[in-house]
Amino acid sequence: MAEIRVMREDLRPPAAPPRRHFISIKEVTREDVERLLATARTFERSLEREVKKLPTLKGRLVINVFYESSTRTSSSFELAAKRLSADTMSIKSSGSSVDKGESLKDTAITLGAYDPDVIVIRHPQIGAPHLVACVTDAHVVNAGDGKHQHPTQALLDLYTMREELGRLEGLHVAIVGDVLHSRVARSLIQALALMGAHVTLVGPPALLPRGIEAMGCGATTDISGIAAADVVYVLRMQRERMEEGANYVPSLREYTARWGVTPGRLRAGQKVMHPGPMNRGVEIDPRVADHADALIETQVRAGLVTRMAVLYDLLTSGPVEVKTETVLEVA
Amino acid sequence: MLFAKDASKENILVRGARVLDPVEGVDSTLDVRIDGGVIAALGTDLDPNSHRVIDAGGLVLAPAFVDPHVHLRTPGREDEETIASGTAAAAAGGYCAILAMPNTDPVVDSAATLGSLVEAARAEAVIPVGFLASITKGQAGAELTEMGELANAGAAGFSDDGVPVASAGLMRRALQYGSVTGRRIALHCEEPTLSRDGQMHEGDVSAELGFTGYPSVAESLMVERDLALAAYERQPLHLLHLSAWESVQALRRARADGVQATAEVTPHHLCLTDEAVRSLDPNRKMNPPLRAASDRTALVEGLKDGTITAIATDHAPHARHEKEVPFEAAPFGVTGLETAFAAVYTQLVEPGLVALGVVLERMSAGPARAYGLEEPQIAVGRVANLVLLDLNASYRITEDAFRSRSVNSWLLGETVKGKVRATIAAGRLVYRA
Repeated sequence: MAEIRVMREDLRPPAAPPRRHFISIKEVTREDVERLLATARTFERSLEREVKKLPTLKGRLVINVFYESSTRTSSSFELAAKRLSADTMSIKSSGSSVDKGESLKDTAITLGAYDPDVIVIRHPQIGAPHLVACVTDAHVVNAGDGKHQHPTQALLDLYTMREELGRLEGLHVAIVGDVLHSRVARSLIQALALMGAHVTLVGPPALLPRGIEAMGCGATTDISGIAAADVVYVLRMQRERMEEGANYVPSLREYTARWGVTPGRLRAGQKVMHPGPMNRGVEIDPRVADHADALIETQVRAGLVTRMAVLYDLLTSGPVEVKTETVLEVA
Repeated sequence: MLFAKDASKENILVRGARVLDPVEGVDSTLDVRIDGGVIAALGTDLDPNSHRVIDAGGLVLAPAFVDPHVHLRTPGREDEETIASGTAAAAAGGYCAILAMPNTDPVVDSAATLGSLVEAARAEAVIPVGFLASITKGQAGAELTEMGELANAGAAGFSDDGVPVASAGLMRRALQYGSVTGRRIALHCEEPTLSRDGQMHEGDVSAELGFTGYPSVAESLMVERDLALAAYERQPLHLLHLSAWESVQALRRARADGVQATAEVTPHHLCLTDEAVRSLDPNRKMNPPLRAASDRTALVEGLKDGTITAIATDHAPHARHEKEVPFEAAPFGVTGLETAFAAVYTQLVEPGLVALGVVLERMSAGPARAYGLEEPQIAVGRVANLVLLDLNASYRITEDAFRSRSVNSWLLGETVKGKVRATIAAGRLVYRA
């Protein structure tokens, strides 16, 4: 009984967590982000070499638990851990005991029994990573929880923008589309605000959540609002959210006509980003997706090095500095 | 309409308490002598005879509380609460009477189900408990229950609490027919097409956290509809657990226009706002949801000026494993019977937002009046329904102190002020600490 009681008390998120996690952009500082971006850059250089594996996290265990389908996030976390020589394990909800009705708490405790150093979790429900953090001793990385947060996506987007445009401070980013259902948008708005960039949200009224401006961004339903932006960030129009009777927009056809990102709505030189997977011809015109100003493939590459940086940062103490870079070079 | 197990009435002398009855206008240090469960004398230096003496120096003796909104989970989920555990929890919270909602499994929609509850209450209820029956069969919102027979079988009122009566036409029929039963109809106001999938109040916090919003207009629109129907039919009604500023405004206007409407508010809506949901603690998830600071202010104002006539816990026990899940997967509801006074005292009375007398009235006479129950009063000749309060006791809310079978309290781990030291319900000492 006493032990169960301890768990229950732990369910209340502690004020100062004893272990570091990467669950929400809200919990990191500008210094944290700067450090992570610098570490990612170091790793990018190391990946240019013929032998890409680094011994840094040898003997560490990273468990990826994915309760939702994912291609790029799950593959990049797995590869990131492997490039750093960590042992990895990937659990998917289908074909696991989740299918048998096991609760998230019990699954987390079971996996926790292997003493993983990091648990990476994607889950359709907001708060799942918090629960895992409360019942295991692992560092928890949020790979997307419901409509709440997707902090490593925001980090890779910041990395991409800084590499391409040379700065984040003062940058103007327009985020276009279904903000309501987007964890990507929530993390990115916070991350860009943290780094001193300006954000304008553009989308249909029902897909711009009431009160979203309190996060420190502008919001408009007028697509011409993207004209002034340095970067146009296109959100996925989630077909699965457009269930019959929801009426967020009358139809995808009408959405595309009014909010689709087309060549005619862009200025020359405006960079275009998309977290994927894209619905070509819905939120983004194929000509835009395939244009040289689209950074979509760059984003995927950035995903690998920024996730390496997150794992590295959680599992090593102290900031990554030039000295560490030298060590990496030697390795 | 209230049922409890038979027990001998007691002879008690409560000595030296500050006796505080806002309705009777009493506020002085007195002895209270109870003979055979009835208040026999108020005075100084009363002779204890052979009475059981409770030394109450430094404590406040007030009319015991009445909770018009409790979920006893019986029948169906006795693992979460029973009549015995729920009434024991109520006794510990200073209550002398509680009303249980009918959204059980099966729903209390027939005289047979109600009869079995009445029988169980007579066997195991520590304090008097009343049972509401549902307005519609199975709370399905399609057909009225046999309200006449249910009233005869002891129903304390009617409610589809947990779900709204979505059809305005059916609501009108319920008000019309309810009038012949002499029992109050209590309404859970929620426009389901606006609250669909809602997890928390729609506003800045839900926008940031990504939760589907449950807008305040989903409540106030239904409040306005039901007040309009009550005005048209000239029937009284009781509004359950108000949470929104707009609802308080609508109720204030309707009462000024002569509509016989009473209303309740919960301690958690009086004490917390949607900011509390940032913790993602499933014990901050309830229906209606915690709302914005401006809503909380309006609820406190409504409580003070008498627009809101009762404080109700909406005590909603849930099994531990059902709340130990991500916020989005958790059921709505928190417990409250054992913490209601301390919560309100700590958050409203101590900081000077609401006078103690107002809180005592809204926790006792106010809710009793809403359902036509006898109001607990400290007066000679009245059955003893008394609560002894220690306003200086400061303590931490922990799981092991609960008598309820469930521990999903929003106050776990918090330090509060104001402790119930004794409860006398229907002339019997039912709790002592």
